[in-house]
Amino acid sequence: MSNLTMNKLTLKTEGDTHIVVTRHFAASPEAVYRAHTDPKLIQQWLLGPEGWTMPVCINEAKPGGKFRYEWVNGKGSKFHITGEFLELEPHRRIVHVERMHLPDPTPDNHVETRFHADGTGTLMTMRMTLPDAKTRATMLSTGMERGMEASYVRLEGML
Amino acid sequence: MYNLDAAFSALADPTRRAILARLAKGEATVNELAEPFEMTQPAISQHLKVLEDAGLIVRRVDGTKRPRRLVKAGIEAMDQWLAMLRKALENNYDRLDQVLATMEQHKMGKHKKGETR
Repeated sequence: MSNLTMNKLTLKTEGDTHIVVTRHFAASPEAVYRAHTDPKLIQQWLLGPEGWTMPVCINEAKPGGKFRYEWVNGKGSKFHITGEFLELEPHRRIVHVERMHLPDPTPDNHVETRFHADGTGTLMTMRMTLPDAKTRATMLSTGMERGMEASYVRLEGML
Repeated sequence: MYNLDAAFSALADPTRRAILARLAKGEATVNELAEPFEMTQPAISQHLKVLEDAGLIVRRVDGTKRPRRLVKAGIEAMDQWLAMLRKALENNYDRLDQVLATMEQHKMGKHKKGETR
C-alpha cells in the first residue's frame, strides 16, 4: 500500500447518532497521543480551513480535566469549544465530551479517540456520539460550518 | 441555495435514507416505495413530504400517479458540502503529519546529544 493510501482519511456515519473518522499516521502511538494532548502541539494543527488560528488552547489532560480551544480567522470571526476529559489511557485512548459555542452551546458530543500501533505507525479511530439523529444532522449541516471539529459522512453508501 | 440543515435532518431517519437509496435506482411510485417497509401509505407519504421539503426529491404527474425521483442538484449540494468538511479535516491531519515529523526530528536530535526520552 502506498503512503498516500495509508494516510487516507475515512469518515462515515454509523447508526443514527455516530460519526467515525479514521486516519493513519507515520509516527508512534506515543507521539500521536502527545500531539492530541499537549496544547503547544494542538495549536499547530487543530485549525480547520485555511486562515484560522488557535490563540487560546487550554488543556488539562487528566480525567475530569477541562479544555477550551478558541479559534479566530483574522477577519473578525471567532468561536470556541469547551469540554471535559472523562478517561485518558496514555498513548492508547482519550474519552472526552465537548460542545461548540456559536455562541450558544451545541448539545454535547461524546468523543472516543483510540490510537493503535499499526506497522511502524499509528491508526487513529475517532468515534463521536451525538445525543440524537437530529443533533448529528445539525452538526453536519451548520455546526461544522465554523470550520473545525470533525465532520462527515459518506451517507451510508448513498451520496 | 439548498437548505442543508433540512437536507441533513431529512437524512437522519433510516426509512428516509432507504427511500433515497431506492430512488437512486430510478423513479418510483408511493406504492412501490412503501412496499419494502411495514408502514402505512400515509406514513410513507409523510416521509416523502420531508424529503420533498428538503429539496431532495420531486414528484411528477402521471395520470393518477405521482412518481417521485431524486433531485440530483440537492444531493450534489450535500455532497459538495461534505467534501468541504472533509477537506477541513484533512487539512488538520496533514498539518498533524508535519507536527509529528518535527517531533521525530527533535527526538533524533536529542538522542544524538546522548539524552534519553
